[in-house]
Amino acid sequence: MGILEVKNVGKRFGGLQALGDVNLSVAENSVHAIIGPNGAGKSTLLNCLVGKLIPDTGSVMFDGQSVLGRTPYEINQMGISRVFQTPEIFGDLTVMENMMIPCFARRDGAFKLNGIKSVESETEIRDRAEAMMEDMNLAEKRHMHAASMSRGDKRRLEIAMCLAQEPRLLLLDEPTAGMARADTNNTIDLLKEIKQKRDITIVIIEHDMHVVFSLAERITVLAQGTPLVEDVPEKIKGHPKVREAYLGETAAA
Amino acid sequence: MLGLNKKDATLLGVVAVLVIFAPFILNPFPQDSAMAQFNAGYPDLMQRFVIFGIFAIGFNILFGLTGYLSFGHAAFLGVGSYSAVWMFKLLSMNVIPAILLAMVVSGLFALLIGFISLRRTGIYFSILTLAFAEMSFRLAYSVLTPITNGETGLQLTLEDPRILGQTATETGGIPVTSLFGMEMRETATMYFGGWSFQFNNGYYMCGVILLLAFYISIRIFRSPFGMMLRAVKSNQQRMNYTGLNTRPYTLAAFVISGMYAGLAGGLMASMDPLAGAERMQWTASGEVVLMTILGGAGTLIGPVLGAGFIKYFENIFSKINESVLHSWFHALPDGLENALIWIAEHFVGSGWHLTLGLLFMLVVTFLPGGLVEGGQRIGRLFSRKKQADKKTATQSTPAE
Repeated sequence: MGILEVKNVGKRFGGLQALGDVNLSVAENSVHAIIGPNGAGKSTLLNCLVGKLIPDTGSVMFDGQSVLGRTPYEINQMGISRVFQTPEIFGDLTVMENMMIPCFARRDGAFKLNGIKSVESETEIRDRAEAMMEDMNLAEKRHMHAASMSRGDKRRLEIAMCLAQEPRLLLLDEPTAGMARADTNNTIDLLKEIKQKRDITIVIIEHDMHVVFSLAERITVLAQGTPLVEDVPEKIKGHPKVREAYLGETAAA
Repeated sequence: MLGLNKKDATLLGVVAVLVIFAPFILNPFPQDSAMAQFNAGYPDLMQRFVIFGIFAIGFNILFGLTGYLSFGHAAFLGVGSYSAVWMFKLLSMNVIPAILLAMVVSGLFALLIGFISLRRTGIYFSILTLAFAEMSFRLAYSVLTPITNGETGLQLTLEDPRILGQTATETGGIPVTSLFGMEMRETATMYFGGWSFQFNNGYYMCGVILLLAFYISIRIFRSPFGMMLRAVKSNQQRMNYTGLNTRPYTLAAFVISGMYAGLAGGLMASMDPLAGAERMQWTASGEVVLMTILGGAGTLIGPVLGAGFIKYFENIFSKINESVLHSWFHALPDGLENALIWIAEHFVGSGWHLTLGLLFMLVVTFLPGGLVEGGQRIGRLFSRKKQADKKTATQSTPAE
């Protein structure tokens, strides 16, 4: 039994069957990649996992509990963090403040009217945020406005914010989309390092085969809303069905 | 000091000094000089400065921090006024219970309106609040006449019970509002040469409350709660995916700012115990938006500056009429004088709105951060000059 169990999930948008009958089992502490051509339903599946969409059929269980019908913040509090395709950070706030918010969310829950104590005096939270920034090489930028950072740093910050919550499952939606090769390699190294340092399950949706084969322990190939195959990377590479549906195109490109 | 850092404590100190010495600062011209009409140091106007300052500080907690633009905040001001006047009618002329009731009732009202309006964001939220405020205005104006006394407005009468106070004074008049016997309207005047400075009890009570309101606003701005509100403004998506429920945060901000508005309304009624429906009209809601943006939304001191600025214009510029203009320009040749007066009279007197509108456009276009940004730019200009001087000094050394 995996930490994330997706069973018979289907989702329809009007006349379009975005997800057919998806079954997916993600083992705890593994790195699981979901790949597939454009329009295969990767993002729809991810949105079903975090509560942004509710599937028409099927069930999604996280650690033995259903996530269906819960709001994104409730699902996050269960231990699932999400990194977006374009980094979603608090652009108007400083890097330090960006780091402190998930620390508060972890300690205080979804809502706390903490209006009298000053942020300055929350030493425990500040220490946590500082430690996380040190860990992720963001410490020198702590007073910078998050919006003014480079794309790579924004990505790094977003991942750091997710990790500050100590999630059990980290979902990454094309984390290297639109990045230069050097930035992509840095992100790969960063994710490898994260995986080494802590017990965390990572589900990654990715277009870039280089990223997928550098990181994933298991790969699910999605095409037209249904899983084609699921296997270890070595087998996926040579799989005839996959070549036909997906890899053939990218290899030619 | 008081749990504030040095910068904020200084700001609070500056505001405190301004409030205490306002009767002097706002009265720079001798009584009989031609400039005396620009004096703003009379009790009625000073009270309005601080009361609208409180209103704008509260509005800024919602708009400045969360970015939710409420177009119906005057409804809470009106509700506060009505509650306070009812307290004067039923309980006593002491202002404390009146102000407390004003805050409680407006807080509950804000909870109701906020609960519904905050389901939407952006322009839809603004329109919803505007609709609620107009609804409140219409209700107060006609439907709820038994409570609000309709278009006449709610006033004190000699038949009011006032169970803890007196229905009528010994001389048969309606009693006046007071703080444990200290009458709000009482004013001490100090004469000094050509000047006369007025110290009004009501003004100083409002001033103390303004300082308290300002202090609480600083604490909220610097608290984790304030940081969460700024995060709501910045990125709600990330909030949700960081396990934070944005709804109670915005609702709490809405209720707090509604209570500030109710406090302002209660103080208005405490200074002059009557309440009318026009206090809830959309123009009144728009005014506090103007004050906040003009002063600098999201800054601590901005709303207070904006409130002072607009109230000064409203009361001083509107008093300049044609005869005043004649006295200014009488030295000029007749034709020129008349031409100048013809132009100027559109901008003063009842035309003061035109001047305000132009100034507002200029500020929003060239100083998006409001008057506060203007102040910062001037400050930076000076510090840059200093730095530039230093630079040239150091650069010239190696050349020698």
